[in-house]
Amino acid sequence: MENSVEERKETLSASPRRASLVLTVALFLLPAFILFAAFVVYPMLQSLYYSLFNWKGFGPAVDFVGLGNYQRILTDRAFMKALGNALIIVVLSLTLQLPLSLAMALMVGRDLPGRRFFRTIFFMPYVFSEVITAIMWMGLFNPDPDRGLFNAFLVLLGLKPQAWLGDPHQVLGCIFVVLTWKYFGFHMLLYMAGLQNIPQEIEEAALIDGANGRQLITHIVLPLLGGTIRTSVYLSVLGALQQFGVIWVMTRGGPVNASDVMATYMYRYSFIRFWLGYGSAVAFVMLLISLVFSLAYLRLVRQQDYLGGGY
Amino acid sequence: MMPVHLSRHRKSTLRKAAPRLLQYIVLSVMVVLILVPIVILIFGSLKTRGEMYSRPYIPPIPPYWDNYTKILGSRSFWTMLLNSLVVTLTVTTAVLFICGLAAFVFARLNFRGRDVLFNFLTLGLMFPITIAILPVYLVIRQIGLTNSLLGIMIVQTAFQVSGNVMILRNFFASIPFELQDAAYIDGCSPFAFFRLILLPLARPALSAVAALTMVVSWNDLLVPLVLIDKEDLWTLPLGTMQFQGQYGTDLALVAAFVTLSAIPAVIFYLVAERQIVAGLTAGALKG
Repeated sequence: MENSVEERKETLSASPRRASLVLTVALFLLPAFILFAAFVVYPMLQSLYYSLFNWKGFGPAVDFVGLGNYQRILTDRAFMKALGNALIIVVLSLTLQLPLSLAMALMVGRDLPGRRFFRTIFFMPYVFSEVITAIMWMGLFNPDPDRGLFNAFLVLLGLKPQAWLGDPHQVLGCIFVVLTWKYFGFHMLLYMAGLQNIPQEIEEAALIDGANGRQLITHIVLPLLGGTIRTSVYLSVLGALQQFGVIWVMTRGGPVNASDVMATYMYRYSFIRFWLGYGSAVAFVMLLISLVFSLAYLRLVRQQDYLGGGY
Repeated sequence: MMPVHLSRHRKSTLRKAAPRLLQYIVLSVMVVLILVPIVILIFGSLKTRGEMYSRPYIPPIPPYWDNYTKILGSRSFWTMLLNSLVVTLTVTTAVLFICGLAAFVFARLNFRGRDVLFNFLTLGLMFPITIAILPVYLVIRQIGLTNSLLGIMIVQTAFQVSGNVMILRNFFASIPFELQDAAYIDGCSPFAFFRLILLPLARPALSAVAALTMVVSWNDLLVPLVLIDKEDLWTLPLGTMQFQGQYGTDLALVAAFVTLSAIPAVIFYLVAERQIVAGLTAGALKG
């Protein structure tokens, strides 16, 4: 099989005339490459240059500061706070959100009647925009017990109403709840797809050999789901490092940086203060953090995937 | 796929292993938790401004429709809706066209440098728009496309290229090469093969890519937020955010606005759920 496909590829490349092949390749690739080069690659390179300047965006960049912007970022307590908040969201996602998604996927399983219905409902928040999600939840977190659902319940139970988004100690937790509401369905979907790929015969065999439900899950399903879990962890971490919309709409990173993350920090310096050189440097620090994570993760963790390149 | 007797056996053992009733109870609680924010929002949108100052969990009886008529009667809501539609449809068409062509070349043609070019193009997966937004803004400003829908479309399309070329290439590569041989023997040009044979076969993959692109483009806040100042050019997410800022004290009106701006997404989701799910799992699990 393998051989015949290889041979075919060889004969194929020879079959249309050489010139027409080159022309086709060039014409078909051109639009994608022009867009990609001009609006993805070139901007990044240009900003790498600007990140070495103290530049407010007017006229050419002349005030060269070398790595000064980078030095400043790494010593800025507000940036460290934003990075720390991102890491808190990462940790919470991995310890709470993903297990919840996995539990729901296992619970919906493969053949539960009504499976489609549950999937449709659980995944629905994913298609709401971040703006809609944020405003919806701002209403629930409204500190006035006559207007916000959560405080209304607390008062109903005879408890003290909370400040929620207005309290620096609560705000990050509130945002995490919102992010979980919006994104757990996506991870559940990945796990459901992963479960579909586990050959049912293996589970059958285990059951026939007398495995109980818990053993089946811990010894058969979870190990075989390993590739999917690793993918889901990867996407979850990258997503958390790049979080912007929900937080920006709900709190603008406040109160006093309590819910700031890297992207809101960068947005504020770039588009409100208009420190464009500094903002460019922040973008590259973010890129570096994501890249280092990606490469390390792919090398150290995903390498072991024994189910092959599929997932 | 499974032999019938085995799957019956499996069902009965599963029932022993995990009591169905408990499953349904937990899942139903989860359904309620997911729906509560949506229901409360709709409740709020059907209340008068005065009723908003009473308990939020009380259903609005009788419903007060004026919030909706007020918004639907204003020009700005329709302008935003139109802007969003124009942007999303253009971006989706462009992504399908541009990524389809490139993916075809990478999947079906042999030429020197193919892998290098493909790897270069998929580098884009490492530059998500959130990180690249300032660099991209600077370039769009240089070519004078801030405050234009065209600027939004270009940026959104450019950042969809890498992922979708990869998804489509994987799909195109899975179509048997015998078809291509037969077509070439019959005198088909590569382009004719692409248009007449590959595209019709690839319809499921193309619709998955289209559905996913629509969701991403329709919901995008960051690109319009950065590129657009003029109110006439606001898209729905940007306009919704600005409306909330402007009328934040009239919670019922804001709730109605948010509900209205969510309706197109919900309808689209119910129609295209299968395609969205297929696109997401293909993108995530093959990436």
